[in-house]
Amino acid sequence: MANITLKDIAHSYTGASDNPADYALKKLNLTWRDGGAYALLGPSGCGKTTLLNIISGLITPTKGEVHFNQEDVTQLPTEHRNIAQIFQFPVVYDTMTVFQNLAFPLKNRGRTKEEIEPRVIELAAMLGLSDNLYTKAQHLTADAKQKISLGRGLIRQSVNAILFDEPLTVIDPQLKWEIRSQLKFLHKQFGFTMIYVTHDQTEALTFADEVIVMYEGEIVQVGTPEALFMRPEHTFVGYFIGSPGMNIAPCELQGDTIIVEGYEIELANNYPVQNDAVKIEIGIRPEHLDLSAADTPGGLPVTITKVDDIGRYKIVRVKLRNKEFNVIMNELSAVTGDKASLHFDTSHTHIYVNDHLILGEPK
Amino acid sequence: MIEKQVNQKAWFMVLPVFLLVAFSAIIPLMTVVNYAFQDTFGSNQFYWVGLDWFKEIIHSERFHDAFFRQVAFSAIILTIEIPLGVAIALAMPKKGWGVPVCLISMALPLLIPWNVVGTIWQIFARVDIGLLGHTLTQLGINYNYTQDPVAAWITIIVMDVWHWTSLVVLLSYAGLSSIPDVYYQAAKIDGASKISIFRYIQLPKMQRVLLIAVLLRFMDSFMIYTEPFVITGGGPGNSTTFMSIDLVKMAIGQFDLGPAAAMSLLYFLVILLLSWVFYTVMSNIGEESSNGGV
Repeated sequence: MANITLKDIAHSYTGASDNPADYALKKLNLTWRDGGAYALLGPSGCGKTTLLNIISGLITPTKGEVHFNQEDVTQLPTEHRNIAQIFQFPVVYDTMTVFQNLAFPLKNRGRTKEEIEPRVIELAAMLGLSDNLYTKAQHLTADAKQKISLGRGLIRQSVNAILFDEPLTVIDPQLKWEIRSQLKFLHKQFGFTMIYVTHDQTEALTFADEVIVMYEGEIVQVGTPEALFMRPEHTFVGYFIGSPGMNIAPCELQGDTIIVEGYEIELANNYPVQNDAVKIEIGIRPEHLDLSAADTPGGLPVTITKVDDIGRYKIVRVKLRNKEFNVIMNELSAVTGDKASLHFDTSHTHIYVNDHLILGEPK
Repeated sequence: MIEKQVNQKAWFMVLPVFLLVAFSAIIPLMTVVNYAFQDTFGSNQFYWVGLDWFKEIIHSERFHDAFFRQVAFSAIILTIEIPLGVAIALAMPKKGWGVPVCLISMALPLLIPWNVVGTIWQIFARVDIGLLGHTLTQLGINYNYTQDPVAAWITIIVMDVWHWTSLVVLLSYAGLSSIPDVYYQAAKIDGASKISIFRYIQLPKMQRVLLIAVLLRFMDSFMIYTEPFVITGGGPGNSTTFMSIDLVKMAIGQFDLGPAAAMSLLYFLVILLLSWVFYTVMSNIGEESSNGGV
C-alpha cells in the first residue's frame, strides 16, 4: 500500500525528442492517494493506457519519475512493483484451469497451497466462477475469460494499486453493472488504491471518488464527478462529460456582458479584458438553458430544429442565428410552433479563454 | 411443404476435380498396386500372386533393417530440429534491423536444392580436400564417412539439421510473432518466470505451427533420399540405406518390381499412419480435461 506520485512524467514512443508533437504524454504531475478510487477518463488515444503502463512499469517514461511513497521506482521492473493490472481484452493461460489461472500470481510469489486454496475459492465465488473452477480456461466464453483476468488482478490482497484498463469492454451491459458494483464493494472492503481507465463517463462517474480527465496527452481536470459537471475547467471536459455535452459558442467579451451571434447577454460576473488574439467562448450546459414562448422579454429568439424525446426529458435543438444549442427540457408545452425564446442561467454560464476556464469577479 | 428438388446433374460439376485427382494420384498409385499383387516375366504377361510380395517384404530382414534405420533417423532429426528450431526462434530479435537479417539468413539453406546440399556436404566432409573432414583429421579425430558408419550418420544428421532447422525456426517465429504483447504484460504483472512464460504462453500459442513443423519434418525425414544417396550412396555397407534408397535399389537396381511395389505401398501406409498419430496426439495435447489442483 502506498501513495503513488508521478513527477514531471512525459513519454514519447519514439524516444526522447524536442518536438512536443512526439509525446503521447506531456508533462504530468499527479499524486494518487493510498486507498483512493480514481477514474481516468478521456477519448481513445489520449494517453490513458500509457499512463497506466508507466505506473505498472510496463513502460519506462521518457522523462520524469514515479514514486511509491518516498521510493523512486522509475527503473524498477513490473514484477517488483507489486501492482495488479487488468487489460482491456481477456488474457488467460489457455492450458490452465480456472483455478490454476487464479492461483498463478500467488504461486509465482511462492505462497503455499494452504494460503492459495481458500483465497481462490472465495474469489471465484465472488466472481461467479465457482462452477467452472476446474475447466480449462480456453473453453470458456469471453465474459468468463475476462472475469478470470479480473480475478488474477484481485487475488493478491496487499498490492500497491490495482489498475483497470477498460476491463469491461467485452462484458455485456447487465453483467457490467454487476461487476462494477462488486469492484466498488471490494474497494470499500479492502481499501486498495484503484485506478480505472475508461472512455465511458457513466462508468467513470459511478466508480470513482475522483476523476482525472485527459485530453491529448495532458490532464485537463482532476475533480469529483460533481465538479466536472458543474465547473468544467476545460472546454473538452464540458463537451466530454454530460449527455449531450456542454454548449460551447464563440463570443465577444465586454466586462460583464458577452455578445453571442450579435445578441448581448449580461453575466453575473465581471471579467478582465482579454487580449484580441485569444479565442473566447462561452460554455453552458443544456440543463442550464431554458425555453419559453416566442417573444418573451429577456429571451433570445431561436428556431427549434429538432426535438429528441428520450423519456424522462427532451433534448431540444435550437438555432440562434447560425449557432446551434442543445436545451434539456422536462416539458415543452409553453412553446408552440418552431419559434421560441432562449434563456441563459447566467450563474452557470462559464467563460473560456483558449479552452481554459477563467473566473470573473462578482459585481 | 416444398418438395426438395433432386438434381443429379450437379455431379458433373465434380467431374473435373475427379479427373485431376485420378490422373495425378489414383491412376499412378494403381499401377503400383497392380505390380504389388502380380508377377510378370516381361512382355506384359501378368500372374496373380495375392499377398505373396507383401509377405516376402514383411518377413525380409533387409526391410526390417531399412525400416529401423529410417525410424531411428526420423526420431533423431525430430529430437534435434524441433527443440533447436524453437530455441533459435525464441532467441531471434522481435524488432529492428536484426529481424530481416535473421529471417533471410535462416531462409537461405531452404532455397538450396537437395542434391546440391548433398554435394556441398559430400565435398565439405571429405577427408582429403573437404574443409570439415580435413580439419577434423588434422585435429587427430578419426573421422571418415566413407568407412565409418557412425561418421556417415553424423554427417547426414548434421547436414539435415543445417538444411532444415530453418523451417522449424521460421514456423516457430511466425507462431511467436502472433502472440499479442498483452500476454507478456500480464505475465509480468503476475510475476511469471521466463520458464512459466514459455510453458504457459509461448508453447500453447505455438502448438498449431509446431504441429505443422513436426509433420513436415517427420514426412520429409522419413522420405529422405537425395542427400544420403549423394553423400554415401547408402554406405558404408548398408549403414545409411534408408527405406527410399533401398526401394530404389530394389526397383531399379535389381528390377524386382513386385516386391518394390509392395514395399512402396507399405512405405506409404507407414507414413500415413505415423502422420495421423502425430496429428492426433499433438492436437489433443492440453485438450483433455484436467483434474485441477494447484
